[in-house]
Amino acid sequence: MSEDKTKRVAIIALHGTLDLAFPPLILASTAIAMDMEAAIFFTFYGLDIIKKNSNLQVPPLANPAMPYPVPAIPIGVPNIIGVLPGMTAMATMMMKGWMKKAGVMTTDKLIEACMKGGVRMIACQMTMDVMGVKKEELLDGVEIGGAGTFLDYACDADVTLSF
Amino acid sequence: MNVAKVLDCKGKCCPEPILDIKNAMTGLKSGDVVELQATDAGSVNDMASWSKRTGNAIIEQKQDGSVYIFYVQKK
Repeated sequence: MSEDKTKRVAIIALHGTLDLAFPPLILASTAIAMDMEAAIFFTFYGLDIIKKNSNLQVPPLANPAMPYPVPAIPIGVPNIIGVLPGMTAMATMMMKGWMKKAGVMTTDKLIEACMKGGVRMIACQMTMDVMGVKKEELLDGVEIGGAGTFLDYACDADVTLSF
Repeated sequence: MNVAKVLDCKGKCCPEPILDIKNAMTGLKSGDVVELQATDAGSVNDMASWSKRTGNAIIEQKQDGSVYIFYVQKK
């Protein structure tokens, strides 16, 4: 490394869907592996990622990028079907299946890697108040902070990302 | 070459090989060599970037069929 100062990555996780939980967790854990330091600020629906009993889902609606259910038949699931009961569970099951087949780590494993590596996992206090989320509902090791906490960290960041 | 540790990352994909090689470094002495085996094609570029960032050198690299093999020397 040419510079002495440790590189810093500041990430905002805004969404509570399974697909959007991956990028912040992957990048933060990789940052640690690359001798950088990282923090993720979990705000609004992103808070769901660090709940103890989180059950993240994939939304089947308004997502034209979803792969086809049957790869040989290039027909996506029409939005009108996506509104039917059970379709969210089905889309989630399909995505988990693809990820497993490809050998991608689960979000649980990625969270573990982040925690072990010392990623600062910051839960947004304001969101907790708005959504009525208690500290006990969040994973152990999560810290609680607000916009000021994140910006203080991000001010000295080399990379800042939002998902 | 004296390999201190062999890491089998076959079948794993991004970012796991990078996380694994980082973990493998802890507990090793400076100069020790780790052999990493991966099937993730992205690991070729990712390992180069990881090496550049962390200062641990890739002293040799080869491909055996679909398996990419890296020899990493701890700095």
